[in-house]
Amino acid sequence: MRVAVLRFPGSNCDQDALHALQDDLGLKVGYVWHTETSLAGYDGVFVPGGFSYGDYLRCGAMAARAPVMDEVRRFAAEGRPVIGACNGFQILCEAGLLPGALVANEGQKFVCRDVWLEAVDRTSRWTRGVERPIRLPIAHGEGRYVCEPEDLARVEGEGRVAFRYVGGPDGGPGNPNGSMDDIAGVLNPAGNVLGLMPHPERATKAILGGTDGRLVLAGFQMALVS
Amino acid sequence: MPIVRVRVMLKPSLLDSAGRTVLGSLHKLGFSEVDQARIGKVVELHLTEYDEDRVREMCAKLLTNPVIEDFEIEALP
Repeated sequence: MRVAVLRFPGSNCDQDALHALQDDLGLKVGYVWHTETSLAGYDGVFVPGGFSYGDYLRCGAMAARAPVMDEVRRFAAEGRPVIGACNGFQILCEAGLLPGALVANEGQKFVCRDVWLEAVDRTSRWTRGVERPIRLPIAHGEGRYVCEPEDLARVEGEGRVAFRYVGGPDGGPGNPNGSMDDIAGVLNPAGNVLGLMPHPERATKAILGGTDGRLVLAGFQMALVS
Repeated sequence: MPIVRVRVMLKPSLLDSAGRTVLGSLHKLGFSEVDQARIGKVVELHLTEYDEDRVREMCAKLLTNPVIEDFEIEALP
């Protein structure tokens, strides 16, 4: 399994992603610049967080139209694993790979803390290993998940809510941004593409405060056996 | 050179949290008649030639997101 970590101007979680996947999950990882038009030699894609193109116009809007995204679309259509965290989630939504959009947090504040998540549907490669509530960090100003009512009904009905914000066992608050139905992450219809606001790549070793991110990123490895 | 302005607003059904903050400040300043404030954006395009269909295509492909936004195109005289 060789994973491509995409890089756009303004990406800032690309190195976190590379080290988490390489050092903590033992995967082969390479960076792919946004102007590339081929993902040949890669088996999976990680779309990292950050502020691609300065979040100009809308979060992820310009990055979603970058040359490499046509290849990501083709890649996703082949059923290969694609995950986008934070700005990566926004990019996947803007690219039309996932339904809905992310808008300014209800509280109008940038929220930077840990959240608790529950895997709702456990049939996807990304959620299969998440048997209990997990704790992951978030850091975003625009993470309020919204979508058209009919899309929301479809996403809920088809079991494509990957993760929901839940109150923590420590009594911590749940939904940090006003997302519809407490949605923290969604899947595409085939389940191979996941977008989520929390950062699994920032929680892969104890020294970082937790290792629950591994349970999500292990989805790359599950792709090998499925 | 023709100039068009694309006015983009968050859909009325979506809470505009920035607008709500502005509303609160207006109320604090005594403008109690304000019932709602919503913040949008304007993209001004200076064109070599104006074709409304082309501008609509720009809106569809990049300038706006139909999931969350409505837009109006205004061609300046």
